[in-house]
This record gives sequence, structure tokens and C-alpha cells, in this order.
Amino acid sequence: MSHTAPMERAAVPSDAAAGTEAAADANPSWIRVEGLDKVYHPKRSAPTLALSDIDLHVRRGEFVSVVGPSGCGKTTLLKILAGLIPRTKGEVSIAGREVDRPIPEVGMVFQAATLLPWRTILQNVMVPAEIQKLDKRKSLARAHDLLDMVGLGEFKDKYPFELSGGMQQRAGICRALVHDPAVILMDEPFGALDAMTREYMNLELLRIWKESRATIVLVTHSIPEAVFLSDRVVVMSPRPGRIAEVLDIDIPRPRELRMMSSDAAGVYVERIRKYFNASVID
Amino acid sequence: MSSTNMSTNASTDPSIDPSAAAPNPAAQADQKPSDQSPPGVSSGRSWRPDLRGRPELWLVPAVFVVVMLAWEFGVKLFGVKEFVLPPPSRILEQLRVQLESDLFWRHVWVTTEEAMIGFVIGVLAAMVLGTAISQLSLVEKTLMPYIVAFQTVPKVALAPLFVVWFGFGLTSKIVMAAVISFFPMLINVIEGLRSADADRIQMLKVFGAGRWQVFRKVQMPSAMPFIFAGIDIGIVFSILGAVVGEFIGAQEGLGYLLLQTNYNFDIPGMFAVLVVLSVMGLVAHAVVRLIQRRVTFWAEQSRVIGA
Ligand SMILES: Nc1ncnc2c1ncn2[C@@H]1O[C@H](COP(=O)(O)OP(=O)(O)OP(=O)(O)O)[C@@H](O)[C@H]1O
Ligand SMILES: [Mg+2]
Repeated sequence: MSHTAPMERAAVPSDAAAGTEAAADANPSWIRVEGLDKVYHPKRSAPTLALSDIDLHVRRGEFVSVVGPSGCGKTTLLKILAGLIPRTKGEVSIAGREVDRPIPEVGMVFQAATLLPWRTILQNVMVPAEIQKLDKRKSLARAHDLLDMVGLGEFKDKYPFELSGGMQQRAGICRALVHDPAVILMDEPFGALDAMTREYMNLELLRIWKESRATIVLVTHSIPEAVFLSDRVVVMSPRPGRIAEVLDIDIPRPRELRMMSSDAAGVYVERIRKYFNASVID
Repeated sequence: MSSTNMSTNASTDPSIDPSAAAPNPAAQADQKPSDQSPPGVSSGRSWRPDLRGRPELWLVPAVFVVVMLAWEFGVKLFGVKEFVLPPPSRILEQLRVQLESDLFWRHVWVTTEEAMIGFVIGVLAAMVLGTAISQLSLVEKTLMPYIVAFQTVPKVALAPLFVVWFGFGLTSKIVMAAVISFFPMLINVIEGLRSADADRIQMLKVFGAGRWQVFRKVQMPSAMPFIFAGIDIGIVFSILGAVVGEFIGAQEGLGYLLLQTNYNFDIPGMFAVLVVLSVMGLVAHAVVRLIQRRVTFWAEQSRVIGA
């Protein structure tokens, strides 16, 4: 395991955290990334080393966030985990299976909502269920529930162009969850949302995570968000993308928004922020 | 996320009302002008045109009236002979006479039939070949040079050949209409299928879509605006193809009638046929546009992120 010891332990040990750890011991690394390199070979320019020597182990049911400056390879890492693009070197496996193509148990939220403009919101959310030929009645019920949950209940039969960017992004989140995936990969899912909706969505995400016991890898630009949501935060450094540090976030669960203003959270945020500042000076 | 936000929101009840976060979105959606809503989605739209800010609604008919009047009186003023340029009133008169004759309608029907059958064949062939080219790179690499080369041939120049091959009947005109509507359609099908957004294709693949599903769910719908552009050009071209075929050798059809009126120095009658031909083209175009608006309503809106 590559994660470093946390700088300081939170004062209150929690039962929830102990529970996750017990489950983790049974299945120590569910997502396994070892010695991963990714080189892009663009047609008209020199090759780019986007990821270099990435080691990452995620336990089953764990919530891991990835933060790092723009262009450091976060999207690249997620796409490799999703089996969308080939890796250059190293090993990637999920639940013991090598990832060299998309796996149906994975759900992904994209950086842009990438909805299909000719489908209604509900039809968009149903895309994974259609592709995987899941039971239609059950999937429809779940799609309705998810859309109600993200506040799009009245917009099910609207088309994407009738919705704001943030609303489209929420629909994209529902789509990633409709087939009840065991692994959820999220690429800045809340970037287009206003602060209030974002906090609400954070809480909902924690609820979904708890209910589905899914493993979540979340890429975010917001350091406080990463700290608030995660068991661990992976900090990446820019060009070539490497893992600068992995922090355990020992804030007890269930988490509430007011914990964000706690000293413990503040310490984590400050510590991660230092990496960003250092890379800006570079 | 600022800490002030968090403390105001620090409710122990996790089910914060989301509508509080997104202030009254329904009202925003309703504020859109009705002409931005797609057909079938909007609720109650008015059919009475809004004249304010749309001067073209009276400018277009005004230009027509001015041109017609200038033509009518200009021809009389300068004493232009009727067999050179008849005044609009004569053309209208002749048109009325023709529209009352069954034989004339027979000619209209023949040309329509040739054009439509040819058009359907041309469009279907272009769809099949265009799909094969876009899906199989070997087909593309093998056939593209021939398609490009053949595209440079002026297709109407083939009409005499088709008459030799397929005779003076319907077939040679159908072939001409098919060939001439095939090419604009083919190019649009290929371009349209290629236009599918790479992110949307990746999205489908994450959820396990195979090639066929990617084609059905993203590439085909993405191609629809292009396909309709091709159909719009193709349907008008098919009328052109049928008329050119009739010029070369035929016993009926509007192209044949054009030549007949021309031989007989019935210039008003010739203009009347031209009027009918352009009305046919306009009707075809209008029908295509009507269907297009219903099928690709989403393409007129560009506010989809990731597009
Ligand atoms: N398809 C591609 N071809 C060539 N280079 C690419 C490609 N995709 C990404 N890159 C390069 O790889 C690097 C990492 O890109 P990536 O999109 O993973 O960054 P990111 O961390 O997600 O950035 P952001 O926070 O802005 O979304 C960048 O330098 C980018 O230019
Ligand atoms: Mg990115």
C-alpha cells in the first residue's frame, strides 16, 4: 500500500471507520494500479507523458478523491480505470480482473455531461440500462428515484437543451448510477453546480455511497470537497502526473457539513493546498 | 465552499430541499420564447406570425409584387414580343388553362413519379454505401478514390447514355434522378456519421456498448441533421434529373412538355411549366423541412454541454 501515514489522527475514533477497515482487510485492494505510465502520442506534436509511475490501491467500498492541478492527468487516470483508453505501462485491475476494456460494473460521470441531445432526460438516464439490457421496470423505477433525488423530477421529459449546465450535469450523475454500479468513477461531477446545490449533492452522494456500498473514485477541483467526502485523498503533481501524497482523512462518519469548519478538516485542506502552491511556483 | 455557507447550512436534517438551491427553475424554462421550443415539446404555440421585429414577413411578398408589376408593365412599355418574354398575366392565363387539362396533370404525375422513385433509390443506396464506408475502413479506402473521381463527372451529361441503356420509358429517368440525388446524399451520410461526438461515443462504451449500439444510439442520430441536408438537396436534384432525362427522349412528363411548348413557340405555356416545376421543388423542400424540424429539433438548440 502506498498511502502515507496521516499527519495527525482525528480526536474521535468512529465505529463507521472501524467497520470499513474490517471489510477492507478481507479484500485489501479492490482497484489495483501498479507502476502505471501513460504516454499520449498526438498526431501533430511530440508525445506527452501524462501519467508516470502511478501506484494506487483502493479498498472495496472505499471513497477516494483525486485532486491536482489542471492537466496533471486526473481524467486520464479515470479513463484508464474505466477501460476507455489503453495504458502504456503497468498494471490495472478491478476485483482481480485486468482492465483492458470497459467493465459493466463501472459507472462513470464525465467532466462534461455528454447527454444525448435527442433524448429526454429520463431516456438519457436509461442509457446504461438499455445497453446492458437490464429489467426495464426496475431500471425505470430507479431512474425516477434518482432524478427525484437530484431535484430533476419535473424535468424528466424535457430535453437537455432545455436545462441549465448544472442540471445537465446532475442528469449525468443519475445516468452513472442507474445500473447500480459497484465502482463509480466521477470526473469533476459537481464543477458546473452552484455552491448550495453542490453541498446538497455532496450529502446525497454520501447517502448513495452508504446505501450502495459502492467504491467511489472522485476527481475534484475542490480541496474541501475532497476532504469532506473521502476516506483518502490522492494529491497529484503536474507534468508528468505523479502521486505526490495520499492522505487518510480521519474525520468520523456520518459526516455533516458543519464538520467542514472543524479544525481537523482545516488542517487537511491546508496540507493539500501546500502542494498546489508549490506546483504553481515551479 | 466557504465556511460561512457551511455554517448556515449546518442542518442535521440531510434532506435539504433541492429546489431551494436551484431557485425556481421551472419559471426560467417557461420564460423562453415559444419559437425556441421544439415541436411536440412546447405547450400551445401561436400560429399567428409576430410582425414586430420580422420585416421579412411583408418584405418578401412586397418584392414579389414589385417585380411582377415591373415585369408586366415593362414588357408592354418596351413592346417585348410575347414569344420572347410574355407578361406575367399571360403566363397566369396559360397556367390556368393547363391546370384545367387532364393531360397536363398526367405530365405532372409522370415527372413526380420518376423523380420520387429515383430519389428513394438514390437515398437508400447512399445510406447503405455511406454506412459501409463509415464503418469499414477497408471499404472507405478502396472506394473513396472512385467516388471522388465519379463526383467530378457532370451527372446530367450521362443522360443520353441512360436513354441508350434503359430506353425512352420511365426507367432511364428514374436512373438519372437516382444518380443525381445519390452523390449529395452520400457525402452527407459519410460526414454525418463521422460527426458523432467522440465523448458521447466514449460515454456509451463505458456502459458496455458495442459497435452496433454505438452506431444505433450515437452515430445514426448525430448524422440526422446531415442526412436531412442531403435529402433536401437530393429531392430537388431528383426533379432536375427526371426533367433532364425527359429532355433527351420521352413521350410524356414536364420535361417533354417544356420541349413541346418550346417547339410550338408557346412561350407563355413554357413559363407555366416552369412555374409548376418550381412549385414542385418548393413543396418537396417544404415537406423535407417539416419532417426535419420534427426529427432533429434538438440540433437547432446548441446549448447542450459536451456538444
Ligand atoms: N487525447 C489526448 N491526446 C494527447 N494528449 C492528451 C490527450 N488527453 C489528454 N492529454 C494530455 O494529457 C495531460 C493530462 O490530461 P488530463 O485531461 O488527464 O488532465 P486533467 O488532470 O483531467 O486536467 P483538468 O483538471 O483540466 O481536467 C495534459 O497535458 C493533456 O494535454
Ligand atoms: Mg480532466
